[in-house]
Amino acid sequence: MAKRKTCYRHSVELFVDKCTGCTTCLKHCPTEAIRVHDGKSEINPDRCIDCGECIRVCPHGARKALCNKWENHQEFKWKIALPAPALFGQFNDLEDADYVIQALLDIGFDDVFEVAQAAEYVSAYTRIYMKREGIKKPVLSSACPAVMRLISTRFPSLEENLLPLLPPMEIAAIMAKKKAKEEHPELDEDDIGIYFISPCPAKVSYINMGFGDYKSHVDVVISMSDVYFMILGVMRRDVQPQAASKAGMVGIGWASSGGEASAILNDKYLAADGIEHVVDILEKIEDGNIPDLEFIELNACTGGCVGGMMTIENPFIAKTRLQTVRRYMPVSRNFLAGDESNIPQEYFFGSTPSYDGLTFLSQDRLQAMQMMEAIQTLHEELPGIDCGACGSPTCRAFAEDIVKGLGPTIEDCVVRQAEKNIKTNKE
Amino acid sequence: MSEFVNFHFDVDGDNFVSAGQASVKVKKNLREMGLDPDIIRRVSIAMYEGEINMVIHAGGGVADVNVYKDYIEIILDDHGPGIPNVELAMQEGYSTASDHVRSLGFGAGMGLSNMKRYTDDMQIDSTVGVGTKITMRVNME
Repeated sequence: MAKRKTCYRHSVELFVDKCTGCTTCLKHCPTEAIRVHDGKSEINPDRCIDCGECIRVCPHGARKALCNKWENHQEFKWKIALPAPALFGQFNDLEDADYVIQALLDIGFDDVFEVAQAAEYVSAYTRIYMKREGIKKPVLSSACPAVMRLISTRFPSLEENLLPLLPPMEIAAIMAKKKAKEEHPELDEDDIGIYFISPCPAKVSYINMGFGDYKSHVDVVISMSDVYFMILGVMRRDVQPQAASKAGMVGIGWASSGGEASAILNDKYLAADGIEHVVDILEKIEDGNIPDLEFIELNACTGGCVGGMMTIENPFIAKTRLQTVRRYMPVSRNFLAGDESNIPQEYFFGSTPSYDGLTFLSQDRLQAMQMMEAIQTLHEELPGIDCGACGSPTCRAFAEDIVKGLGPTIEDCVVRQAEKNIKTNKE
Repeated sequence: MSEFVNFHFDVDGDNFVSAGQASVKVKKNLREMGLDPDIIRRVSIAMYEGEINMVIHAGGGVADVNVYKDYIEIILDDHGPGIPNVELAMQEGYSTASDHVRSLGFGAGMGLSNMKRYTDDMQIDSTVGVGTKITMRVNME
């Protein structure tokens, strides 16, 4: 079998010493990207969508999301923090987003540009886009990079439904850089550093690797949990913050599932979260088996971005906390002039990653048919209990791995061997 | 190797909740085989509609999807009540589904017409009191 080269680098790392080869992650990976090989978990980068489920379920803490560290990235003269809206849901009794923004400045950022601000523009542009003639409905949100990768690798027929706008994080990066250049003409392009405070590994991969032909405008990506502990020490609730939030309820609402969709101001929407539900909804859209809808918001994490692997708080508690933050916020603070109907070209992404990112059996149809038949025959010989002891997530996946020549042989099935031994002993 | 790869499914007529599962499995297999997304979409919609029909009207049956080099054949075979008037049944919106089925959002009378729309050829062979066999074909290239 021809080996394809993989150049996609993911942001999920394994601490080999901590991995016991227990198969928990193997059983939970929604794209069957994980195999246990020589007692250690391995991710197939072609299949991985960076959803972070393996980090979430690992009972040994052996998987971690790879991020940049603040202390190692002081190279920029002008550092701009881009907090994801979910950050504001991490603090107890936070009535004013300004405290968090002030704390970000206090730890050493020169400016803060809230992603929630850009999110409000994305909502406004989405409303414009939705009115265009001839677009494929339902329009699918493109804000969750794990969902984007899932669609491009497993549901390519739905790519036309994707909202072709960049996610708020990227638009925030573009806007923040522009603003810094205007306000500080003395700065060189290279002096300005955009630091995204990320709730999840999927956004880290998006920033490091881009999406299709698109290259991210973010320079450094820091984990939300790192930032949480950094600002917790300096956040003073008894001192009035100087900084002021420039976002409203709409923008902050993007942190949890349904926030983006409800901002479309059209009740024919659906918002699903949690990777299993997302897969199920995508299957249903593909089968034409959903109600007549205009817009679908999909988030890989339960609860939306507040459920990201790099957040601190439980997603439901974070969502409740956001209600407190939002209480005294205007609906939206970033909107377009009434007659504006033009979406800047730089806010669109061009291409999506190619379909053959998925591991095909073979490009040659006859060979693919042959291999499929071999897989089916082999599958019937296997015990069918999907125990994972062989290192593949299911008996079906094991048969596939053997036929693809990925390493395992039928002898790796311990259950089958045991059954054989019992039979021989009886005789 | 045989001339085609077969995917065989027993469609359980007693279990409405599991209806539509065969379609998902077919889709997964066809994706692995690297077939064109549009072909996969058409096959899985036709398959889905047929599967639901078998559960609603015929108390289940068997479904076979055969992948040949240049076309895909879907055969749905049941021992249900049969279709008395195929021409009428083919009309969009014509439905004999029960209120119970309709209350679940099915039975809109689009099943057969969708199956025809998404496939290149469809043959219905039905005898009242004996059963129905539907053969569909989706061409590749």
